[in-house]
Amino acid sequence: MADIVTTANLQEPDAFYADLVAAHDGLSKDESDAYNARLILLMANQIGDHVILKKLLQEAQRTSRKA
Amino acid sequence: MTKLFEAPLYPYKRCADQGAGKPVRHPVIVIGAGPVGLAMAIDLAQADIPVVVLDDNEKVSTGSRAICFSKRTLEILDRLGCGDEMVRKGVVWNAGRVFFGDRQVYDFNLLPEEGHKRPAFINLQQYYCELYLVERIRALQVAGKPVELRGGNKVVGLERRDDHTALTVRTMEGDYDLEADWLIACDGAGSPARRMLGLEFQGRVFEDNFLIADVIMKADFPTERWFWFDPPFNRDQSALLHKQPDGVWRIDLQLGWHIDKEEEKKPENVIPRLKQMLGEGVDFDLEWVSVYSFQCCRMEKFRHGRVIFAGDSAHQVSPFGARGANSGFQDVDNLGWKLKLILSGKAPETLIESYDFERERAADENILQSTRSTDFITPKSEISRIFRDAVLDLSEHHAFARPMVNSGRLSVPATYDGSPLNGPDASGLPARTRPGSPPVDAPINGTWLLDAMGHDFMLLGLGIEVPPLTELLGLPVKGITLSGEEIGPDLRTRYLGEAGEAVYLIRPDQHVAARWRKLDWTEITGALSVALGREGEI
Ligand SMILES: Cc1cc2nc3c(=O)[nH]c(=O)nc-3n(C[C@H](O)[C@H](O)[C@H](O)COP(=O)(O)OP(=O)(O)OC[C@H]3O[C@@H](n4cnc5c(N)ncnc54)[C@H](O)[C@@H]3O)c2cc1C
Repeated sequence: MADIVTTANLQEPDAFYADLVAAHDGLSKDESDAYNARLILLMANQIGDHVILKKLLQEAQRTSRKA
Repeated sequence: MTKLFEAPLYPYKRCADQGAGKPVRHPVIVIGAGPVGLAMAIDLAQADIPVVVLDDNEKVSTGSRAICFSKRTLEILDRLGCGDEMVRKGVVWNAGRVFFGDRQVYDFNLLPEEGHKRPAFINLQQYYCELYLVERIRALQVAGKPVELRGGNKVVGLERRDDHTALTVRTMEGDYDLEADWLIACDGAGSPARRMLGLEFQGRVFEDNFLIADVIMKADFPTERWFWFDPPFNRDQSALLHKQPDGVWRIDLQLGWHIDKEEEKKPENVIPRLKQMLGEGVDFDLEWVSVYSFQCCRMEKFRHGRVIFAGDSAHQVSPFGARGANSGFQDVDNLGWKLKLILSGKAPETLIESYDFERERAADENILQSTRSTDFITPKSEISRIFRDAVLDLSEHHAFARPMVNSGRLSVPATYDGSPLNGPDASGLPARTRPGSPPVDAPINGTWLLDAMGHDFMLLGLGIEVPPLTELLGLPVKGITLSGEEIGPDLRTRYLGEAGEAVYLIRPDQHVAARWRKLDWTEITGALSVALGREGEI
């Protein structure tokens, strides 16, 4: 059974974080929202596996502050 | 020129029942001569079950209405004897374009799966479909089959009695009464039968309005399906352009719920919009304009004793995906053989309960698909619009996003997983043809598997010999054996997979009842008994 990775897995955590924030430089709120949506969709397609995607959706929900 | 839908096809004629003194009893009465009621009558009449169809009108439906007929519908119409007429007249299309805002984001070619007699779908005005069904009824009448089509007969009263329903019918010559052992209400979305019996159309999921226009183009225009999301001429809504026969193009403009229908329909409001849509310089005539309002919902129960609802009277969905008329034909397909066996005493009345189970599930599936399409087309929240727009923006550059673009998922027949009529499954055979599945066509011996099936239970032996005709539980069971070279690649992939041989028990509506890897008559008889609803017998 496929499982999601929640241990450190990014090769370059600092660099990725900086790139992610920098990608939004100069974007309006609407443009940022649209950018995020495109990014999520691209990443989802990269993952592909429906079970993994479902688990990721749930995990993001579980870790919200309200939960 | 008189348009087809203006000519009276089954005008009122006085019938013997009207002067009979007391109400005449009929085994089956169908209310409504829409596509569903007409198909129902044909299915029963072909099996020599006497049937009377009552309709308050005398013409086929006005305007194109349902225009997209799916492969399964064509297969059902083949069984009912008018598939060829539909396909001959209909338009087959595979190419289309998707627009977002003021630009085209991509075009597509559907490349349908090979090895099926019928195309994935055809476009045809609903009035042609109804015309062919009426012509088929006329041909059955000439052949002496017990079917009557009574135009100008409006059902105005219904009363359920113990084992029958009493009907009051209004004609231009006054009212008369009838009795029906079984009443099939195919009287459309507004179903007066539902109202007269005090039944509700529950669970409204959503509602919408569409401006529907049939236009005749004066010059060439491509045979493609064009779909617009949020176009400049219909902001925040969708638009669809589709080819029909006779040079008629169908346009659907989504309008939303809070609109003034009469205002929207006025040519002075419609024509400028269509010009914007088709581009200046495209000359057209407006043949028909209407506003189609629907609510996405279904009856809680499709059957109330011996009163059965089928088609739009039982369930209604949005036009995205063409699930209206297509699912109605599947209702008929499911109901026909069950009624025939019950009326001829070959199956217990409890068999009919499986209609509720199977077709209510199918309606839920259609409502789910229809809801998903609508949520994509008309996003309900800010975030869902952000994602929708992101999918469309990405679809311009990347193939991966295109399967997420949802402008309606075309009607495919329901698989009756978990149906009480399903018998055993054998491991190692393809999932696509598991018990409960609709049939999957394949070429066999220069013809088609579905054409070889007929109207009765059937055994399909693949690499295992089955008798061409046998009798089981008092029913004729036809057999088709195919082996060696006769099993082509399509048939193998669809029915055998990796397995060397298999036996399938097929229902009269061609759905798979059960399947095995070897021939075992005790098993087959048991599965047939289950498929006849005899398990529920006390
Ligand atoms: C304007 C319009 C546009 C549509 N567009 C689409 C589309 O684009 N795509 C799509 O898939 N579907 C569309 N539909 C829906 C499609 O037409 C229906 O799904 C289909 O017709 C259902 O068939 P039916 O036989 O169940 O009902 P209907 O075709 O509605 O037939 C019901 C019949 O019952 C008769 N009747 C009603 N009351 C009585 C009575 N009291 N006594 C006797 N007879 C009675 C009526 O005269 C009618 O002939 C559209 C419908 C309309 C109205």
